[in-house]
Amino acid sequence: MPIQGTTAEKPIAIRVDGLHKSFGTHEVLKGVSLTACEGDVVAIIGGSGSGKSTMLRCINFLETPSSGTIEIGGEAVAMRSDGSPSDRRQLERLRQSLGMVFQNFNLWTHKTVLENLIEVPVHVLKLPKAEAEARARKLLARVGLAEKEGAYPAYMSGGQQQRAAIARALCMEPRAMLFDEPTSALDPELVGEVLQVIKGLADEGRTMVLVTHEMKFAREVASHVIYLHNGVIEEQGPPAEVFGAPKSERLKQFLKTVG
Amino acid sequence: MTCPPPAELSSLTLLGFGDCGWGATLLWGFGNSLMIALGAYAIGFCIGVSGAFGKLYGGPVAKDLLAVYTTIVRAVPELVLILILYYAVPALINQVLLGLGYERINLPQFITGVVVLAVVQGAYQIEVLRGSILAVPHGQIEAARAMGMSPVMLARRITLPLMTSNAIPGLGNLWLNATKDTALLAVIGFTELTKATFQASATTKAFFTFYGAAMALYMAISLISILLFGRLEKISRRGQRDARG
Repeated sequence: MPIQGTTAEKPIAIRVDGLHKSFGTHEVLKGVSLTACEGDVVAIIGGSGSGKSTMLRCINFLETPSSGTIEIGGEAVAMRSDGSPSDRRQLERLRQSLGMVFQNFNLWTHKTVLENLIEVPVHVLKLPKAEAEARARKLLARVGLAEKEGAYPAYMSGGQQQRAAIARALCMEPRAMLFDEPTSALDPELVGEVLQVIKGLADEGRTMVLVTHEMKFAREVASHVIYLHNGVIEEQGPPAEVFGAPKSERLKQFLKTVG
Repeated sequence: MTCPPPAELSSLTLLGFGDCGWGATLLWGFGNSLMIALGAYAIGFCIGVSGAFGKLYGGPVAKDLLAVYTTIVRAVPELVLILILYYAVPALINQVLLGLGYERINLPQFITGVVVLAVVQGAYQIEVLRGSILAVPHGQIEAARAMGMSPVMLARRITLPLMTSNAIPGLGNLWLNATKDTALLAVIGFTELTKATFQASATTKAFFTFYGAAMALYMAISLISILLFGRLEKISRRGQRDARG
């Protein structure tokens, strides 16, 4: 029986509780927690090696947590004592409700943009092909790539590829979106077009967890900001507080170096 | 009808399909060679695909068994493997069968040929395919996993198509090896192209004519294969930018 989140008036989309993760003897995450209710935009910031990407990747088990609990839509991911997922089908089903966007886009290079978008809706979610294509075309128009549906990813700019990757994630109609440094691999002049698309998603009330280096952007779109340092949440709160009145020395220092 | 001494016949007559020609024998051998190569290659491919995934994603026991298989088969000459399977294995089986009061059996040469060459092909194909799976950009596999694809669907729809372009040059080499390895089956008396050529030339003493013809036939398989593999590679490289820029 799924546990329903009841802490806020809004239902909980993602909850991470007491998450630990070690690579060998190196502990990357030392008990971090996060709650994203429907419509929340949670931004995770922090220096290189702070564990922010690992934290995000543990949410959909691209990294296997060492311990802790992960709940998607109130349903806890079944785990063995070593943290590995114990129910493959459950994990696959929960992953289908999370749209992931990667730093390096990771579009499938042997498929056209349209084929990339409809791959999972048609073959995993068993949507009729015509319906998936209609949905995909609508999304491509929305991210400004209507002309590119027949193009192969290798022939597109980084910004176009990332917008296509966002459309691919949206095409599954996910409950929440996960962004792993979506603009870090882009040339500076291409960052804006991608951020604009992400901002559009935030504005329409989509639930998102976002790892980013774009502080200005995080301040603008996030409803909650988490600052990670050495695998620990050093400080968190609404963006106005975290960016406007940082309490910890480390965060002040961090904002000074990146700002 | 008795044929005149071969020295008095033209090469065309010798290679022809008339009463004094050896064309039919050669063609029969050629057909046998092709069928053995095709059969061995196809079975080898099945062994290769499952073995490659097994070596990468299988449990410890599967990994060890596959390592033993690829190591031994690639270490022992094909000729020795053929002799073992054709002479040693049936001898062993017959000892057991006779001991139990059954009749002795003989392995059909065709089956022996296909099985031995398939076992050899499988071992090499595992390594070619394993390498090409490893060359698939990890992020693309991760993207499929993150979207909730099952492992089998991921292998079929993402990994296999992406690895194909990496695998084709190596697989093309192995196919050419397969066609030429069929010649080794001459030692167990199987009438493939080389054995047929040997018979024809030994009888007629027209060595140049027959070995020349055999060479042309082997060459023809190779050239056509190279064309086909080139076409396949082009298809499998769709969406990739030309590395030569």
